[in-house]
Amino acid sequence: MQLLRLRPAFEGHDVTFVTVQPGYRADVGNARFRVVNDATRWDKIGLVKMALRLAWIVLRSRPHVVVSTGAAPGYFAIRLGKLIGAKAVWVDSIANVEEISMTGQLVQSRADLWLTQWPHLAREGGPRYAGAVL
Amino acid sequence: MIFVTVGAQMPFDRMVQAIDRWAADRSRDDVFAQIGPTEWHPSAIEWTKFLQPPEFASKVEEADAIVAHAGMGSIITALTTGKPILVMPRRGDLRETRNDHQIATARRFAELGRVAVAFDESELEAKLDVIGDLRAADRVGPDASEQLIGTIREFIEGKDSGE
Repeated sequence: MQLLRLRPAFEGHDVTFVTVQPGYRADVGNARFRVVNDATRWDKIGLVKMALRLAWIVLRSRPHVVVSTGAAPGYFAIRLGKLIGAKAVWVDSIANVEEISMTGQLVQSRADLWLTQWPHLAREGGPRYAGAVL
Repeated sequence: MIFVTVGAQMPFDRMVQAIDRWAADRSRDDVFAQIGPTEWHPSAIEWTKFLQPPEFASKVEEADAIVAHAGMGSIITALTTGKPILVMPRRGDLRETRNDHQIATARRFAELGRVAVAFDESELEAKLDVIGDLRAADRVGPDASEQLIGTIREFIEGKDSGE
């Protein structure tokens, strides 16, 4: 839902949306739309399935830029995108008001543009603040 | 109508049970709950496990107020549709979500005047009693801030032309 609010940033580009919610298909117009299973860090088999599915999507779509607002699918997509030379944008979820998410911390050194949606979490050598999805 | 939602990912029985008890006590027949993947079922209120986006949107449209977990999907939905929302944060120690981030989210959005919060079941019951007085926050548009969209757009286009 947060990613959908960034759609104007992608206008005019060839876009593939990846989500865990099939119901969002109607919201992306003519852009490609791919669904992956959801999984948390407590579900190792689910995480492996998710990573394999994302590897397939990333290899097929060969993105120049990967943009994510968070959680495990975004983390894998950025790691996989970096392997094929894509630039990575991590917009940490606006839900994280006290600290950057665990996946946000993990992705830190991989993201070319690393953003928080809260001014008080921006810091030197850390995420930048450049507005929010609201 | 009061529309209750726990999001699509995980159940939140502690919240829905409190609402079900409240509705039974007060003889309310105008509550509909989306309760997620759980074995427990409410007895006093109408419920379903999941809603597809079109059904979800029409429940929101019908609702006078939304009662939800403190997830961003629910909060953003209320803000974009101009509906009042009362949230109850999931707790990390009860494994209702991965950590206590919803408690911090709820507190911050309440400080900004964008949601009402009940931190536990008794507070939830008390706030449900006066939910008719709850007012919606200022409605927000469909897109992120111009600054955020501009920053990402420039980054993407710098990449496109920069090599």
